[in-house]
Amino acid sequence: MNEFKVLTRDSGNAVVMELHGFLDAHTAPDLEKTFAELIGKGKYNIVVNFDALNYISSAGLGVFMAYIDEVRSNHGDIKLANMQQKVFNVFDLLGFPFLYEIYKDQEEALKKFNSQ
Amino acid sequence: MKRVDKIENKRIFKSTTTALSDVRQFVEENAVSFGFEEKEVSEITLAVDEACTNVIKHAYKGDPNFEFEVRIIAGGIEFQVVVRDWGASFKPEEVPVPNIKGKIGRHKAGGLGIFLMRKLMDTVEYQGKEAVNEVRLVRYLKNEPKS
Repeated sequence: MNEFKVLTRDSGNAVVMELHGFLDAHTAPDLEKTFAELIGKGKYNIVVNFDALNYISSAGLGVFMAYIDEVRSNHGDIKLANMQQKVFNVFDLLGFPFLYEIYKDQEEALKKFNSQ
Repeated sequence: MKRVDKIENKRIFKSTTTALSDVRQFVEENAVSFGFEEKEVSEITLAVDEACTNVIKHAYKGDPNFEFEVRIIAGGIEFQVVVRDWGASFKPEEVPVPNIKGKIGRHKAGGLGIFLMRKLMDTVEYQGKEAVNEVRLVRYLKNEPKS
């Protein structure tokens, strides 16, 4: 079975969420739980690092859509970073680059939060 | 690796999301041996994952006690994947083209899977015959296959 793991750590006034493995309909609930926990703790500045994510399907994309509104209405954001080309292609097909900030490097995304 | 120019393979999977990684592996192996490039293999695999996710979540409503079939028939330049289930029927024409902006903030991403399937494959066809539902996904080899 393809594994999926989420690791989170604080960085300045933001949280970095590192995704590992395969994000599909089976593993998307794990990501959903992590978002719910962060938001429950009032953490709305989130940088998602996709460097170790090998696969994403629409079930995974749906999780980012589910939480962005709540995060932004609390003056935060979900910024996406370090995507492998094949993962970016899926986000791109659905028009995500128009709605989400996508960075080559997580440090650029963190700088955006830390300069606020 | 020598290319396989004719494929006819079938596998049965349990209607649970844990089966998705096995589905992907099955499709990937066949798409690679038929001669698709890495990017094309990823796209075909994702489209089939979306079709099977719909079967598990909608046709069988998450009940793991059912089965679905994935059949791969390929020859010439055509690579065809047929996903067949015996669950609730599905009317793709009732699924609107998703408006990502409009979906934001809702805990549902319905319609994204079908949208992706149509973007990634050359043909996507649904057919309901008596108690059987079938989705047929076709992708053509762009480059003349090298044997």
